[in-house]
Amino acid sequence: MNEVELLNWARGPGLAYATVIMVFGLTLRVIEILSLGRPKELAEVRSSGTADGVKLIVKRSLPEPRNWRYITASYIFHVGLLVVIFFFIPHTQLFRDVFGWFWGGWPNYIIDFFTVLSIAAMMYVLVQRRIDPARRILTRFSDYVVWVVTFIPFVTGYMAFHRLGPDYTLMLALHILSVELLMVLLPVTKLTHAVTFAISRYYTGSSMGRRGIKA
Amino acid sequence: MTTSFEQGINTLKRVIDGPIASYFSSCTNCGICSQACVFFTETGDAKYTPIRRVEPMRRIWEQEYTIIGKLKKLIGLSKAVTEQELQDNVELAFESCTTCGRCSMMCPVGNDIVYMIRRMREGLTAAGLAPVELKEAAVRTMEKGSVMGFPMNTLEAMIEAAEEETGIKINVDEPNVDYLVLLSSAEVMQFNEIIGALAQIFQQAGVTWTFSSKAHEAGNPGMHMGASEIEAMMINRIVEAAEELNIKKVISPECGHAYMAIRWEGPNVIGRPYPFEVYHIIEVLDELREQGKLKTTGDDCCGNERITFHDPCQAARRGGVNQPQRNLLNMVSSNFVEMTQNKACNWCCGGGGGVNTMEKTEPLRQKIFHRKRMQIEELDVTTVVTMCATCRNTLEEGIEDNGMEVEVLGLTEVVANHLLKEKNNE
Repeated sequence: MNEVELLNWARGPGLAYATVIMVFGLTLRVIEILSLGRPKELAEVRSSGTADGVKLIVKRSLPEPRNWRYITASYIFHVGLLVVIFFFIPHTQLFRDVFGWFWGGWPNYIIDFFTVLSIAAMMYVLVQRRIDPARRILTRFSDYVVWVVTFIPFVTGYMAFHRLGPDYTLMLALHILSVELLMVLLPVTKLTHAVTFAISRYYTGSSMGRRGIKA
Repeated sequence: MTTSFEQGINTLKRVIDGPIASYFSSCTNCGICSQACVFFTETGDAKYTPIRRVEPMRRIWEQEYTIIGKLKKLIGLSKAVTEQELQDNVELAFESCTTCGRCSMMCPVGNDIVYMIRRMREGLTAAGLAPVELKEAAVRTMEKGSVMGFPMNTLEAMIEAAEEETGIKINVDEPNVDYLVLLSSAEVMQFNEIIGALAQIFQQAGVTWTFSSKAHEAGNPGMHMGASEIEAMMINRIVEAAEELNIKKVISPECGHAYMAIRWEGPNVIGRPYPFEVYHIIEVLDELREQGKLKTTGDDCCGNERITFHDPCQAARRGGVNQPQRNLLNMVSSNFVEMTQNKACNWCCGGGGGVNTMEKTEPLRQKIFHRKRMQIEELDVTTVVTMCATCRNTLEEGIEDNGMEVEVLGLTEVVANHLLKEKNNE
């Protein structure tokens, strides 16, 4: 298999397999959670909690000023990740092909800026994972695996765009393959939080809302 | 493998529900919860990182409730939780966690960590690992009717003394009145001025109320332990008393955990809604204020000095009572100042959740009080008001240990003193 064949596999069957595994896997994970249910609330509630649950999904995405020093790097990384995925023009074209509609992308220099920023933030996050006592004690081997599979698409994407490395076609193929690896691992690692964060935030927001707490 | 250990593991399996599964699925080991926990911030010891306190439960969840975890277990990639691991967890789930829930307010994926710790405690208790002090308190409450083990006639003596002091008759077992009032043991034994304070406030407001000889204790060691049956037994006493006396409103006293137990957990542990409503005493006082039934002098309490308020975790952050105390404080003082972190994000006093009942936790409690000390000292106040007897005890201890010149008062008493002044002026 040469570079062109590899790229074609990655763009075609590879992407299809990865998408199916990701969607199927994430659906299973969500079913795993929801099938366990939540006990009915028998105490007299102050509100239904539904609005508070939805509100918390949004609210916990906003930076928490009390912890700003602790969260800055991971916050920057998440913003950068979303910008690069959803606003790089070739990505938006792919989404447009798939969904029939998608918003327009942002200029390349903005994407470049966020890519470099995210790579730097990710490296800082990795250092923090080693030196911050709380993060260190929580860290399991899979945390490093997850870091690596998230980091590689940034680097390969950056290299492909700037024509770095031995061969553009190969770099692009590697970039797409690395994203596919990320997609496959999404349902089976803590990367699942990309979807389940909404469920956990909803559960907490709604149960606190029932008690009249603005979480 | 002992039977109780198996029971512990089975209980942990049983208590895992949708929310807990979503929390473990979402946790990224980001460590932010450490920054919310006073036990971590004041000691720097990473073992106190909140989410780590439920690590045995996480492994059980993964092995039992996820396909990938089941596979890992099958091929020997994940180890079963051991008896030793559960024993080691007692320190983290009971002795160094007040279940204050500040971590739950900070988690970026929205995990209600203390909801999990509360259930972790259930597993440990089922495994026979509950701290002996909590077990003893539960036995005392079941046998004698109060957490501290005093019989009803001790409360009767306090009631008589309050009647003598105030000249107001105080009801016991009076049916068809507006409110059934519960007290915590700490109030009866240490802060019994609350009884006279209630009598004066309710008389002025024209409210009828009673104590019950069957159910006067609001404290619930069953909740601290995570022993639902014991918790339910204590809740049922209150339900039966209210039903027998035909009372439609029950007042939870100035005790945060009591409020959590009777107001929020109660109906869920007994498995049915109450035939009455439950209020924190401060909610009731604020309602009376709103109705214009609390007549005050208009002077400042506490000698016009600056006062602040310590929000008890279970009443404010976890219980949702955040505004009434502020309305009342502003009524009695023009010098009320907020702590830098307050309401749902107040720093824990370090004594709740049963922690202050365990003697061995004293050095740790002294250490973590540093945070509260800084919060109080930066405000330059003469008085800290609160609405939880456990907080009050912990604050008094910490203030004394640190040689601070600050008085600690219960809010009901502050309000009553304010009424008293008016009466004296007449």
